[in-house]
Amino acid sequence: MSETLNEETLNLEALRKKDKRAFAQLVDQNSDHIYRLALRLTGNSQDAEDVVQETFIKAFNNVESFEGRSKVSTWLYRIATNEALMLLRRRKDGITPIDEGVETDEGEIMPIQIVDWCCLPEKEIMTEETRQVLQEAALQLSSANRAAFLLRDVEGLSTQEAAEALDISESALKVRLMRARLQLREALSDYFANRMAKEGL
Amino acid sequence: MNHHHGLECQDLLNNISAYIDGELDDELCGKIEAHIESCPNCKVVINTLKRTIQLYQEDGESETFPLDARHRLFTALDLDEDLDLSD
Repeated sequence: MSETLNEETLNLEALRKKDKRAFAQLVDQNSDHIYRLALRLTGNSQDAEDVVQETFIKAFNNVESFEGRSKVSTWLYRIATNEALMLLRRRKDGITPIDEGVETDEGEIMPIQIVDWCCLPEKEIMTEETRQVLQEAALQLSSANRAAFLLRDVEGLSTQEAAEALDISESALKVRLMRARLQLREALSDYFANRMAKEGL
Repeated sequence: MNHHHGLECQDLLNNISAYIDGELDDELCGKIEAHIESCPNCKVVINTLKRTIQLYQEDGESETFPLDARHRLFTALDLDEDLDLSD
Protein backbone atom coordinates (compact mmCIF):
# COMPACT_ATOMS: atom_id res chain seq x y z
CA MET A 1 0.00 0.00 0.00
CA SER A 2 1.34 3.41 -0.88
CA GLU A 3 2.23 5.88 1.80
CA THR A 4 0.39 9.08 1.10
CA LEU A 5 1.42 12.55 2.06
CA ASN A 6 2.31 13.35 5.61
CA GLU A 7 -0.16 16.19 6.02
CA GLU A 8 1.36 17.42 9.25
CA THR A 9 4.53 18.52 7.56
CA LEU A 10 2.63 20.83 5.21
CA ASN A 11 1.77 24.34 6.19
CA LEU A 12 -1.61 25.08 4.63
CA GLU A 13 -1.35 28.77 5.34
CA ALA A 14 2.01 28.89 3.58
CA LEU A 15 0.51 27.09 0.59
CA ARG A 16 -2.40 29.53 0.43
CA LYS A 17 0.08 32.41 0.40
CA LYS A 18 1.83 30.62 -2.49
CA ASP A 19 4.99 30.23 -0.46
CA LYS A 20 7.40 28.66 -2.94
CA ARG A 21 9.22 26.58 -0.40
CA ALA A 22 5.94 25.05 0.80
CA PHE A 23 4.90 24.41 -2.78
CA ALA A 24 8.19 22.76 -3.68
CA GLN A 25 7.64 20.50 -0.68
CA LEU A 26 4.09 19.73 -1.84
CA VAL A 27 5.38 18.76 -5.29
CA ASP A 28 8.19 16.58 -4.02
CA GLN A 29 6.02 14.79 -1.48
CA ASN A 30 3.26 13.99 -3.98
CA SER A 31 4.63 13.91 -7.51
CA ASP A 32 5.58 10.22 -7.50
CA HIS A 33 2.10 9.19 -6.32
CA ILE A 34 0.36 11.46 -8.82
CA TYR A 35 2.66 10.30 -11.61
CA ARG A 36 2.00 6.61 -10.96
CA LEU A 37 -1.75 7.21 -10.81
CA ALA A 38 -1.64 9.17 -14.08
CA LEU A 39 0.57 6.56 -15.72
CA ARG A 40 -1.88 3.79 -14.91
CA LEU A 41 -4.90 5.87 -15.85
CA THR A 42 -3.54 6.95 -19.23
CA GLY A 43 -1.19 4.06 -20.02
CA ASN A 44 1.36 6.51 -21.42
CA SER A 45 4.39 8.10 -19.69
CA GLN A 46 4.27 11.35 -21.69
CA ASP A 47 0.58 11.79 -20.90
CA ALA A 48 1.33 11.02 -17.26
CA GLU A 49 4.01 13.73 -17.14
CA ASP A 50 1.55 16.19 -18.68
CA VAL A 51 -1.09 15.26 -16.10
CA VAL A 52 1.35 15.84 -13.23
CA GLN A 53 2.37 19.17 -14.73
CA GLU A 54 -1.24 20.33 -15.12
CA THR A 55 -2.20 19.05 -11.68
CA PHE A 56 0.40 21.09 -9.81
CA ILE A 57 -0.08 24.19 -11.96
CA LYS A 58 -3.84 24.06 -11.26
CA ALA A 59 -3.18 23.41 -7.58
CA PHE A 60 -0.82 26.39 -7.44
CA ASN A 61 -3.28 28.68 -9.22
CA ASN A 62 -6.30 27.57 -7.19
CA VAL A 63 -4.86 26.89 -3.76
CA GLU A 64 -6.80 29.80 -2.24
CA SER A 65 -10.02 27.92 -2.99
CA PHE A 66 -8.86 24.78 -1.18
CA GLU A 67 -10.84 24.88 2.05
CA GLY A 68 -9.00 22.14 3.85
CA ARG A 69 -12.06 19.95 4.41
CA SER A 70 -10.29 17.04 2.75
CA LYS A 71 -6.62 16.13 2.83
CA VAL A 72 -4.38 18.06 0.46
CA SER A 73 -3.41 14.74 -1.14
CA THR A 74 -7.08 13.89 -1.82
CA TRP A 75 -7.49 17.30 -3.44
CA LEU A 76 -4.44 16.64 -5.65
CA TYR A 77 -5.70 13.16 -6.57
CA ARG A 78 -9.01 14.75 -7.55
CA ILE A 79 -7.37 17.32 -9.83
CA ALA A 80 -5.09 14.67 -11.35
CA THR A 81 -7.90 12.19 -11.97
CA ASN A 82 -9.99 14.88 -13.67
CA GLU A 83 -7.05 15.87 -15.84
CA ALA A 84 -6.34 12.27 -16.86
CA LEU A 85 -9.99 11.48 -17.61
CA MET A 86 -10.35 14.68 -19.64
CA LEU A 87 -7.24 13.76 -21.59
CA LEU A 88 -8.65 10.30 -22.33
CA ARG A 89 -11.99 11.80 -23.32
CA ARG A 90 -10.36 14.29 -25.69
CA ARG A 91 -8.45 11.47 -27.31
CA LYS A 92 -11.67 9.63 -28.00
CA ASP A 93 -13.35 12.82 -29.25
CA GLY A 94 -15.93 12.61 -26.55
CA ILE A 95 -17.37 9.32 -27.79
CA THR A 96 -16.89 7.54 -24.48
CA PRO A 97 -18.56 9.29 -21.54
CA ILE A 98 -16.23 9.97 -18.65
CA ASP A 99 -18.45 8.56 -15.95
CA GLU A 100 -19.90 5.50 -17.58
CA GLY A 101 -18.13 2.25 -18.08
CA VAL A 102 -19.10 0.11 -21.02
CA GLU A 103 -20.45 -2.46 -18.64
CA THR A 104 -22.55 -0.04 -16.58
CA ASP A 105 -25.89 -1.02 -18.01
CA GLU A 106 -25.09 -4.66 -18.39
CA GLY A 107 -25.25 -7.37 -15.79
CA GLU A 108 -22.72 -7.85 -13.03
CA ILE A 109 -19.51 -9.61 -13.90
CA MET A 110 -19.73 -13.31 -13.13
CA PRO A 111 -16.51 -15.19 -12.37
CA ILE A 112 -15.87 -17.70 -15.12
CA GLN A 113 -12.25 -18.66 -14.62
CA ILE A 114 -11.97 -20.83 -11.50
CA VAL A 115 -8.28 -21.68 -11.33
CA ASP A 116 -6.35 -21.49 -8.10
CA TRP A 117 -3.14 -19.72 -9.10
CA CYS A 118 -2.46 -18.37 -5.61
CA CYS A 119 -0.30 -21.39 -4.84
CA LEU A 120 2.21 -20.63 -7.63
CA PRO A 121 5.72 -19.81 -6.39
CA GLU A 122 6.27 -16.07 -5.94
CA LYS A 123 8.97 -15.96 -8.63
CA GLU A 124 6.53 -17.49 -11.11
CA ILE A 125 3.86 -14.94 -10.31
CA MET A 126 5.48 -11.51 -10.49
CA THR A 127 7.46 -11.70 -13.73
CA GLU A 128 7.98 -8.93 -16.28
CA GLU A 129 5.32 -10.58 -18.40
CA THR A 130 2.93 -10.52 -15.46
CA ARG A 131 3.57 -6.78 -14.98
CA GLN A 132 2.67 -6.28 -18.62
CA VAL A 133 -0.52 -8.30 -18.17
CA LEU A 134 -1.42 -6.25 -15.08
CA GLN A 135 -1.08 -3.03 -17.06
CA GLU A 136 -2.98 -4.29 -20.07
CA ALA A 137 -5.81 -5.68 -17.94
CA ALA A 138 -6.18 -2.37 -16.10
CA LEU A 139 -6.36 -0.50 -19.38
CA GLN A 140 -9.23 -2.77 -20.45
CA LEU A 141 -11.36 -1.39 -17.60
CA SER A 142 -13.60 1.58 -18.27
CA SER A 143 -11.74 4.73 -17.24
CA ALA A 144 -14.26 5.35 -14.46
CA ASN A 145 -13.82 1.88 -12.96
CA ARG A 146 -10.05 2.07 -13.44
CA ALA A 147 -9.87 5.35 -11.54
CA ALA A 148 -11.89 3.89 -8.65
CA PHE A 149 -9.61 0.84 -8.46
CA LEU A 150 -6.36 2.79 -8.66
CA LEU A 151 -7.33 5.34 -6.03
CA ARG A 152 -8.77 2.85 -3.57
CA ASP A 153 -6.64 -0.26 -4.02
CA VAL A 154 -3.33 0.95 -5.42
CA GLU A 155 -2.98 4.42 -3.89
CA GLY A 156 -4.63 3.27 -0.69
CA LEU A 157 -7.24 6.00 -0.27
CA SER A 158 -10.20 5.22 1.98
CA THR A 159 -13.59 4.67 0.37
CA GLN A 160 -14.61 8.16 1.48
CA GLU A 161 -11.44 9.77 0.10
CA ALA A 162 -11.65 7.93 -3.23
CA ALA A 163 -15.33 8.90 -3.56
CA GLU A 164 -14.41 12.53 -2.84
CA ALA A 165 -11.61 12.46 -5.39
CA LEU A 166 -14.03 11.19 -8.04
CA ASP A 167 -16.91 13.38 -6.86
CA ILE A 168 -19.24 10.41 -6.56
CA SER A 169 -21.10 8.78 -3.66
CA GLU A 170 -19.43 6.10 -1.57
CA SER A 171 -21.96 3.54 -2.81
CA ALA A 172 -21.17 4.41 -6.44
CA LEU A 173 -17.47 4.08 -5.64
CA LYS A 174 -18.04 0.63 -4.18
CA VAL A 175 -19.94 -0.53 -7.27
CA ARG A 176 -17.15 0.64 -9.58
CA LEU A 177 -14.52 -0.88 -7.34
CA MET A 178 -16.23 -4.28 -7.27
CA ARG A 179 -16.61 -4.34 -11.06
CA ALA A 180 -12.99 -3.38 -11.55
CA ARG A 181 -11.70 -5.95 -9.07
CA LEU A 182 -13.75 -8.80 -10.56
CA GLN A 183 -12.78 -7.91 -14.13
CA LEU A 184 -9.09 -7.79 -13.20
CA ARG A 185 -9.33 -11.09 -11.33
CA GLU A 186 -10.86 -12.66 -14.40
CA ALA A 187 -8.10 -11.35 -16.68
CA LEU A 188 -5.31 -12.51 -14.37
CA SER A 189 -6.96 -15.89 -13.88
CA ASP A 190 -7.17 -16.34 -17.65
CA TYR A 191 -3.49 -15.50 -17.94
CA PHE A 192 -2.30 -17.78 -15.14
CA ALA A 193 -4.57 -20.62 -16.27
CA ASN A 194 -2.92 -20.47 -19.71
CA ARG A 195 0.55 -20.36 -18.22
CA MET A 196 -0.15 -23.23 -15.85
CA ALA A 197 -1.44 -25.32 -18.76
CA LYS A 198 1.45 -24.43 -21.09
CA GLU A 199 4.32 -24.57 -18.64
CA GLY A 200 3.00 -27.28 -16.38
CA LEU A 201 3.31 -25.03 -13.35
CA MET B 1 -25.72 -22.58 -8.14
CA ASN B 2 -24.47 -23.80 -4.82
CA HIS B 3 -26.42 -23.39 -1.63
CA HIS B 4 -24.62 -23.79 1.65
CA HIS B 5 -25.61 -22.66 5.10
CA GLY B 6 -28.39 -20.42 3.82
CA LEU B 7 -26.16 -18.42 1.50
CA GLU B 8 -25.80 -18.88 -2.25
CA CYS B 9 -22.80 -18.18 -4.45
CA GLN B 10 -24.56 -15.16 -5.93
CA ASP B 11 -25.10 -13.70 -2.44
CA LEU B 12 -21.40 -14.11 -1.80
CA LEU B 13 -20.51 -12.44 -5.10
CA ASN B 14 -22.77 -9.51 -4.35
CA ASN B 15 -20.85 -8.91 -1.14
CA ILE B 16 -17.40 -10.10 -2.12
CA SER B 17 -15.79 -6.67 -2.34
CA ALA B 18 -17.19 -5.53 1.01
CA TYR B 19 -16.18 -8.88 2.50
CA ILE B 20 -12.52 -8.59 1.56
CA ASP B 21 -12.54 -4.98 2.80
CA GLY B 22 -13.87 -6.17 6.17
CA GLU B 23 -16.97 -3.99 5.87
CA LEU B 24 -19.65 -6.63 6.53
CA ASP B 25 -21.42 -7.19 9.82
CA ASP B 26 -20.48 -10.23 11.86
CA GLU B 27 -23.54 -12.23 10.89
CA LEU B 28 -23.09 -11.96 7.12
CA CYS B 29 -19.35 -12.38 7.48
CA GLY B 30 -19.94 -15.62 9.38
CA LYS B 31 -22.33 -16.88 6.69
CA ILE B 32 -19.78 -16.13 3.98
CA GLU B 33 -17.02 -17.91 5.87
CA ALA B 34 -19.24 -20.94 6.38
CA HIS B 35 -20.10 -20.89 2.66
CA ILE B 36 -16.44 -20.71 1.64
CA GLU B 37 -15.60 -23.76 3.74
CA SER B 38 -18.02 -25.89 1.75
CA CYS B 39 -17.75 -24.22 -1.69
CA PRO B 40 -14.30 -24.67 -3.28
CA ASN B 41 -15.12 -22.44 -6.25
CA CYS B 42 -16.04 -19.45 -4.12
CA LYS B 43 -12.92 -20.04 -2.05
CA VAL B 44 -10.80 -19.84 -5.22
CA VAL B 45 -12.61 -16.70 -6.38
CA ILE B 46 -12.02 -14.95 -3.04
CA ASN B 47 -8.37 -16.00 -2.79
CA THR B 48 -7.55 -15.02 -6.36
CA LEU B 49 -9.41 -11.73 -5.94
CA LYS B 50 -7.32 -10.87 -2.88
CA ARG B 51 -4.13 -11.90 -4.69
CA THR B 52 -5.06 -9.83 -7.74
CA ILE B 53 -5.31 -6.70 -5.58
CA GLN B 54 -2.01 -7.55 -3.85
CA LEU B 55 -0.24 -7.89 -7.20
CA TYR B 56 -1.42 -4.46 -8.29
CA GLN B 57 -0.22 -3.04 -4.98
CA GLU B 58 3.19 -4.72 -5.36
CA ASP B 59 3.45 -3.36 -8.90
CA GLY B 60 2.21 0.07 -7.84
CA GLU B 61 5.43 1.60 -6.57
CA SER B 62 7.83 0.83 -9.37
CA GLU B 63 8.03 4.24 -11.09
CA THR B 64 9.05 7.70 -9.97
CA PHE B 65 8.31 11.09 -11.52
CA PRO B 66 11.22 11.62 -13.97
CA LEU B 67 13.81 14.24 -12.98
CA ASP B 68 13.60 16.09 -16.30
CA ALA B 69 9.82 16.39 -15.89
CA ARG B 70 10.36 17.65 -12.33
CA HIS B 71 12.76 20.25 -13.69
CA ARG B 72 10.16 21.46 -16.22
CA LEU B 73 7.49 21.64 -13.52
CA PHE B 74 9.71 23.60 -11.12
CA THR B 75 10.59 25.99 -13.95
CA ALA B 76 6.93 26.44 -14.91
CA LEU B 77 6.04 27.27 -11.28
CA ASP B 78 9.18 29.36 -10.77
CA LEU B 79 10.20 27.17 -7.83
CA ASP B 80 13.76 26.75 -6.59
CA GLU B 81 14.94 23.20 -7.28
CA ASP B 82 17.84 23.46 -4.90
CA LEU B 83 15.90 24.24 -1.75
CA ASP B 84 16.97 22.04 1.09
CA LEU B 85 13.62 20.72 2.24
CA SER B 86 14.98 18.69 5.09
CA ASP B 87 14.98 21.51 7.63
